[in-house]
Amino acid sequence: MPQLIIDDKEISADDGATILEAARQADIDIPTICWHPATSSNGLCRMCVVEVEGMRLLQPGCLVKAADGMRVQTKSERVIRARKTILEMLASSVDLSDFPEILALMDEYGASSARFPLAERREVEVKDDNPMFIRDYAKCVLCWRCVQVCAEDAQFTFAINFSGRGFETQIGTFFDRALPATSCVFCGQCVGVCPSGALKPKREFLLEQGVTPEQIAAMKTGLKSKVKSQRSSI
Amino acid sequence: MSDIDLAPLQAELSRFDLQGRSGLLPALQAAQRLYGWLPQEAAAEVAKALGVPLADVHGVIEFYSLFYSEPVGKRIVRVCTDAACGLKGGEQILSGLCARHGIQPNQTTPDLSTTIESSPCLGLCDLAPATLTVDDGRWTIGDNELRPRSMVYGLSSLLTSNCGKGRAATLAEYGAYPALRRALELTPEAVIAEVKAAGLVGRGGAAFPTAVKWEGAAKAESFPKYIVCNADESEPGTFKDRVLLLDDPHRVIEGMCIAAHAIGATRGYIYLRGEYPYILPVLENALSEARAAGYLGKKFDIEIRLGAGAYICGEETALFESIEGKRGYPRIKPPFPTTNGLFDQPTVINNVETLCNVPLIFEKGAAGYRQIGTEKSPGPKLFCVSGDVAKPGVYEVPFGTTLRELLTMANGSPVDWLSGSAVNQSTEQPDSRITEKLENGLQAILFGGAAGAFATPAHLDVKLTFEDLRAAGLPLGSGVVMVFDQSRDLRQTLARLGKFFAHESCGKCYPCQLGTQRQMEILQRLANGEWQMGDSERLQDVGWTMTDASLCGLGQTAASAVLSALKLGLVKL
Repeated sequence: MPQLIIDDKEISADDGATILEAARQADIDIPTICWHPATSSNGLCRMCVVEVEGMRLLQPGCLVKAADGMRVQTKSERVIRARKTILEMLASSVDLSDFPEILALMDEYGASSARFPLAERREVEVKDDNPMFIRDYAKCVLCWRCVQVCAEDAQFTFAINFSGRGFETQIGTFFDRALPATSCVFCGQCVGVCPSGALKPKREFLLEQGVTPEQIAAMKTGLKSKVKSQRSSI
Repeated sequence: MSDIDLAPLQAELSRFDLQGRSGLLPALQAAQRLYGWLPQEAAAEVAKALGVPLADVHGVIEFYSLFYSEPVGKRIVRVCTDAACGLKGGEQILSGLCARHGIQPNQTTPDLSTTIESSPCLGLCDLAPATLTVDDGRWTIGDNELRPRSMVYGLSSLLTSNCGKGRAATLAEYGAYPALRRALELTPEAVIAEVKAAGLVGRGGAAFPTAVKWEGAAKAESFPKYIVCNADESEPGTFKDRVLLLDDPHRVIEGMCIAAHAIGATRGYIYLRGEYPYILPVLENALSEARAAGYLGKKFDIEIRLGAGAYICGEETALFESIEGKRGYPRIKPPFPTTNGLFDQPTVINNVETLCNVPLIFEKGAAGYRQIGTEKSPGPKLFCVSGDVAKPGVYEVPFGTTLRELLTMANGSPVDWLSGSAVNQSTEQPDSRITEKLENGLQAILFGGAAGAFATPAHLDVKLTFEDLRAAGLPLGSGVVMVFDQSRDLRQTLARLGKFFAHESCGKCYPCQLGTQRQMEILQRLANGEWQMGDSERLQDVGWTMTDASLCGLGQTAASAVLSALKLGLVKL
């Protein structure tokens, strides 16, 4: 079991544990955005960066393994600067209103959503192309979880991937096809792992829009008869 | 949906279907050659033939700048608007061309005859302002050139002896791979020991000891093993690999053959950047000559892969992803390429210039090679000199030459520098006008490219070695020396660098995906005189966050030049 020091606290980590896991076992908080226990870690959000003695650059806690004799700082000046700036840049790009955990982090780090004036935001219209869930990519933080569970992390369906590159990256389907026209099987796993409200059950979305439960029930009946008529026509 | 004929594509695809996903970029390139762009039906046909999910195929098309998912002009004109061409009026050429065709940059004329693009660095900085036109599959550089001119100068011509002649050296001119013959007489261990003794370090930018890479891959116990030549030369200001590949293709191939013997590789790849399509036939011809002569095709063979417009694919693991048919996202390291590289197999990946040094080591022997350069930086080095100099071009000099000597040559010294005698003539005074120009006309030098750092006239006497530049806080990088005279507004240059990184960030990690965009916006304000209160602190926070927390070298250096310019006070805020 590797023995290491995190924030002056001596810790015995489990063999193979990451710095993030070791810290959390010892009740030391390291924030994350993209990390999820059921998906592979890609080190995207860099919120979990920590300062490791002897390393030139900050290290992602979700990927770097705890090692014997390691000395880790999780709240140094450099770490705070990076986390705060990442939060501020994210808030200037994406609608975080459905992501309470990030809003709490912004409070904790004193990060201002108005830090970057005149900043281009990733604004796109809500995609409402199926009866199960909506896709509101203006709220997407690009954590990749949906793409991963749709692919090798869980479902092996490969209905969604990326479009664009860099700041313009979005989650997309083959030539932007509507989901029912893709290999999507509506397993719902992407909705389950989405942290930011970008993927949302249709019912929840409609209720938020002020549609009443009765109206939703009526829409469902209409939908069922539509499906029935389509099947009979086939 | 539409009436495209898929039969010719299906015939083409039979060449790639055995490769599976790894054939994706070549297959899409073949489809685009047929249709001019990538219609949905063609993309679906490629997906079916290669067994790749539709969404993944679209993801790949979307990642690379040179793939088009919408119709484009029969003729595509790419106008470089990056740092070096920007100095020579690149933006004006772009706006003039656009006005003539009545379109905006990155648009196509309604009759689909012409598309005009603002392009990231084309690797033609010595010919600035540069344009590259593709018309129905035929390429021209500038107005009418079929191949870019190579202008080669310097104090030695060990790497460039066959360069600058206006055509590629044939195998007969290059010679019968004498260095390979010598290397084959040695055991793989002895080959690696020789490279180690020569002290060769990588010339691509990271300056990593070449023999350490080779040793790691040689010791790895998994097979097959690969040699990859990184010819994705895309760092703004860099064009040396273009000259080496175009004028003397056998040198790099011989270097790869020696590396293959050293690590036991059976297959090699040359990953050539998509913006160098005119090099492809030259390399293909050289590979055929080498196969016919028996140097290739028995134990070891080489395949060329053409990139599709992505600077990030110069990052070694992103390059592997690209060969594997994926979006060019850099991987998490460790594991390192020597054990888990291309197709997760042991791989050595070296830059073109690095591999070109390998035959030289076996011609001269390690001791002879070390006679060139300094003790800690042995060998010759190519510098890509561009910007405000009289003679932009590739300069081959021994490590240890000073920046002043390099720039004196580039400004047209009266000494016959090409004779190589200048080293012993340091007492001879260069033209006083050149001295004057260097002392008083020079504003700054961008070292190492967009990912590099600025120097000032105070650095003129720095020796061009890894150790001296490191001590001076300057990166050697890929050998970029871009010169700015007093008349230049460096705020415009910083805005161009900012635009470059925002365009080229892959978008994988947050600091770079978001930071390159925010950095570009602030630098654009600086260039436009629209500075906002607090922008200085924002630039520092964004820059240091990218430097400190990004996943790969692109993000880690995306603020390097900007932060150095601010530190040196080169721009007034």
